[in-house]
Amino acid sequence: MDFNLSKEHQMARQLFHDFAVKEVEPWAEETDELHRFPWEAVRKMQKYGFMGIPFPKEIGGQGCDTLTYILAVEEIAKICGTTAVILSAHTSLAADAIYINGTDEQKEKFLRPLVEGKKLGSFALTEPDAGTDAAGQQTKVISDGDEWLINGNKIFITNGEVADIYVAFGMTDKSSGVRGISAFIIEKETPGFSFGPCEKKMGIRGSSTCELVFDNCRIPKNNLLGREGKGFGIAMSTLDGGRIGIAAQALGLAEGALDKTIQYVKERKQFNSPIAKYQNTQFVLAQMKTEIEATRWLVYNACVKKDSGKPFATEAAMAKLKASQVASEVTRECVQLHGGYGYIQAFHVERMMRDAKVTEIYEGTSEVMKMVISGNLLK
Amino acid sequence: MNIIVCVKQVPDTTEVRIHPVKGTLIREGIPSIMNPDDKAGLEAALRLKDEMGAHVSVITMGPRQADEVLREALAMGADKAYLISDPEFSGSDTWATSSTIAAAITKLEYDLVITGRQAIDGDTAQVGPEIAEHLNIPHISYCEELKIDGDEVVVKRQFEDRYQILSVSMPALITALGELNEPRYMTPGGIFDAYREKEITLWTRPDIPIKDENIGLKGSPTRVAKTNPKLLKQPGTKIETGVDESVQFIMEKLKEKFIL
Repeated sequence: MDFNLSKEHQMARQLFHDFAVKEVEPWAEETDELHRFPWEAVRKMQKYGFMGIPFPKEIGGQGCDTLTYILAVEEIAKICGTTAVILSAHTSLAADAIYINGTDEQKEKFLRPLVEGKKLGSFALTEPDAGTDAAGQQTKVISDGDEWLINGNKIFITNGEVADIYVAFGMTDKSSGVRGISAFIIEKETPGFSFGPCEKKMGIRGSSTCELVFDNCRIPKNNLLGREGKGFGIAMSTLDGGRIGIAAQALGLAEGALDKTIQYVKERKQFNSPIAKYQNTQFVLAQMKTEIEATRWLVYNACVKKDSGKPFATEAAMAKLKASQVASEVTRECVQLHGGYGYIQAFHVERMMRDAKVTEIYEGTSEVMKMVISGNLLK
Repeated sequence: MNIIVCVKQVPDTTEVRIHPVKGTLIREGIPSIMNPDDKAGLEAALRLKDEMGAHVSVITMGPRQADEVLREALAMGADKAYLISDPEFSGSDTWATSSTIAAAITKLEYDLVITGRQAIDGDTAQVGPEIAEHLNIPHISYCEELKIDGDEVVVKRQFEDRYQILSVSMPALITALGELNEPRYMTPGGIFDAYREKEITLWTRPDIPIKDENIGLKGSPTRVAKTNPKLLKQPGTKIETGVDESVQFIMEKLKEKFIL
């Protein structure tokens, strides 16, 4: 039992911290205010290998592990929730789905450019009538000669309009229920594949959240990911990994808001004294720090479990459940300690509070996390 | 081409606080970093490697934990790393330091040696040029731009109010200014390789071909006689009023101080 990060993990954390401060922070406010995709930061993340951290070098990745990738998401989320989720959706959902389920040929063609930072990935499961009930897929996929013909719509897709390679799900056999769902790899610019409107959101406003429209879209037969009818399992197991990424995003948001608040309460004076001198401030800070540290170990534990090859779905669900709750609570308390300044844009914590809320919703709501955890308890 | 880059681990002086009573640096809890000028020198070497192919070795002299800056250099893309570390070398002034590093460099093949201009903890700017003198090779200091032209290095040497363009035949040594470039980041995979695959060669006293009289405290002709803390300047007064009132205020202050 060793709760210390190894030297390489410590150095990686320092790298991610320095990068976030220098390359992400200058764009964070504008990203939120203008609902603008942070291309400057993302291009640099692509250049320095951040888009392929947990994947083997043989396929163009960095040859690190899940914990290192999670440290990147966490450090970036301390500064900008939007940039963190772009990294998380690309790595945990798109790239990992292909890494785990793809053929060698698919890995070479689709995974390599993703992890080498040449292309951006996205994962498309949600539909207007298939949210938590992901099995209710309406997108129809039929086999037509040496192609698949796809018709349907996907909504709320992270990296929607900006990605190049999409892992998407559809019904290849409506009569078989969840066993009729299959997974596919679809490239941007494929005829019949277009974008609907992008959403205006409460938080993570710079991430591209869009509708994907498939209107008689044809893709090659060998773009089927995994076996036909195995799509639901692929979606669920990929989301297990994605939840660790979102947990790290939530952890980072809480830590980032606390950092800003510690600085603020030392400077802000009321009744001739910094508000840090008041017991209410001290007790709130102490509680927040304790919650954050407890969360950290849940998140890191899920990483280590995943890399050890053991089942980690419950650990990932607990990490996401706790981290998203803590992110929402901590960012709200941080706004409160800032008083009126917390409510205005220039002090950043209101942005973090808005960014935090979605961590309780996407890649499985907190209620779904409880279903996963209790399902494992009661089986 | 073989390039040797000399780097130093220093306390991050942007994070250093001054003890309010003693006036000395509070070093506890201050992170250590690669000296910024040295990092620019390393980046220059790595760019030459990218452009024309080169083998880049990094050397540092210091305590064992100075291996961290070597790991960082490896994670940025350096090929080999050497740590000169032995209690017998401790207490070295610039003469003993440059003598020791130069003796170590004689064990390696090199066309170009790059050091930083100066370290942010000592600010002497002596070690680089002294290494060149010990090695009996030419040096150009304060390099703000450099390129390779055949067997020569062409350097823009920066002064406060002017610059020189100088060329020198290799083997040669140059000292790099922080302004030379914007150093690259490490990559996550580079960090893992630096710790898990690459090795740092440790050189202790017996590995360095140098006489005892030139090393450590006893090989150091200079001594720090006394250190005086520089008085910290008090923060100024900020006036935020209209132009007329500000002019009035400044005039009064100038008269008050008998400047007008």
